[in-house]
Amino acid sequence: MTLLYGRGYASVNYPTGMNLGGDPSQALIHATTMGGFVISLSSVDLGQGLKTVVAQCAAETLGMPMEQIIVDTADTDTGPHCMGTFASRGTHRVGNAVIMAAREAREVMLQVAADELEVDAGDLETDGSGYVRLKGSPAKQIHISDIALAAHFKQGKSISGRGMFLKERSYPVPETGEMDPDSCQAHACTVADVEVDDETGVVTVLRLHNTYEIGRALNPAMATQQVEGGAWMGVSHAIFESTEPYYPASRAHGPVDFSEYLMPGSGEIPEQTSVILERPASNGPFGAKGIGEMTANAPIPAIANAIFDACGVRLTTMPFTPESVLRGLDALRDGEPVA
Amino acid sequence: MPLRIVNVKVNGVDQAFMAKPDTTLLLALREQLGLMGAKRGCAQGACGSCTVLLDGAPVVSCLVPAATIDGAAVATVEGLADGQELNDVQQAFVDGFATQCGFCTPGMIMSAEALLARNPDPTADEVNEAISGNVCRCTGYAPIVSAILEAARRRRDRAGTAEQEATR
Repeated sequence: MTLLYGRGYASVNYPTGMNLGGDPSQALIHATTMGGFVISLSSVDLGQGLKTVVAQCAAETLGMPMEQIIVDTADTDTGPHCMGTFASRGTHRVGNAVIMAAREAREVMLQVAADELEVDAGDLETDGSGYVRLKGSPAKQIHISDIALAAHFKQGKSISGRGMFLKERSYPVPETGEMDPDSCQAHACTVADVEVDDETGVVTVLRLHNTYEIGRALNPAMATQQVEGGAWMGVSHAIFESTEPYYPASRAHGPVDFSEYLMPGSGEIPEQTSVILERPASNGPFGAKGIGEMTANAPIPAIANAIFDACGVRLTTMPFTPESVLRGLDALRDGEPVA
Repeated sequence: MPLRIVNVKVNGVDQAFMAKPDTTLLLALREQLGLMGAKRGCAQGACGSCTVLLDGAPVVSCLVPAATIDGAAVATVEGLADGQELNDVQQAFVDGFATQCGFCTPGMIMSAEALLARNPDPTADEVNEAISGNVCRCTGYAPIVSAILEAARRRRDRAGTAEQEATR
């Protein structure tokens, strides 16, 4: 038995959003009487952190603290339209819509504050802690809770805004094929170090080194976790997951439910290092690109290349099971050409 | 089999509820006692998101018939914090960002509590073994393992300090 070591590389570029019939998302924002800002969305946060990121976008644009922002994604029947959480589009599309809505709301907020302070709205700024103040004369200030009360009970205004982000459908130029199907593309490279046991065929992923260029990382902690959690899913695709391990010869031995569906546990994770490069995209919210689905992509070919580097077996069908590695090794010994 | 009254101590408080023969501990905790920390993931004992401590031992509460635990002590994630102050494991999960969607987190934390109660100085392998029944689909596990090791370290440091104070 020999443990063979190999290293493989793979790169990916990944589009943000899609190009079906146009790709819109809308957002509404309004201030409550207490001075909180409610963002209404139909976009879904299924755990990836969309609510956090759009709250950041709104807080930054309004000049208000994060604690003032309430994100409501309650109901797709009654909320502003969103195409959904897919195509790595959430941060880009919804973030842009929220920024647009927050800008409009900010203008009303400053106008209400200006009327209360009896100054020109153009001379006002936010301090980020909840106050609107006069530039150069910070003692003249008013808190958002007082601005909201004045808007509702004295001035009869709604501190609110609408955000309508639309990536229009792009048709290819027939002569050249040229088109603009996505808003921007994120890029990544993964380096995989693996160990292949030439007796059992078992592949162990030892280390993954990830580098991601994702525009601006609006929330670096969540972005890093998306990279590493996604890489874990890539490892899972690469060497574990299959509903039909013996297809098409036999369908009798596959898992019947998720409790039998093979995925790596905490003891089977590689060591990971991750680097995020920030090259802001001109059309992204504060420069962000999508970083959803791509994180599971690069690890798979990197692992395949590392297996090839380790033992000369070129695998093209996932998962890279012990059986497929051993069959590949047998073929090499028999002098068959490498596929 | 008729309804039974089940008496248990949950997070140190005496509780009683009615259990049908097919009432699981998880169902009783969530729907009769209003404790929503333990999550119903797979409902067949495979994912660990419903993990609670039963007389100190970690169990998947979705597979425990409530009627069989009369007189037992149950600990859930709700019982760990002291008011607004998180306990060591919870705080280490926050500090190490060992959560993304959060669905597995209560079960992970209770498995970690069970481990640290019997082994205050675990290795990474021992942590992996302790949470091997808990599935996470977001983080890739590494931050969770680090957080549990960090919680163990903080708890040992505190115990060491307390011992020094006592002998002074």
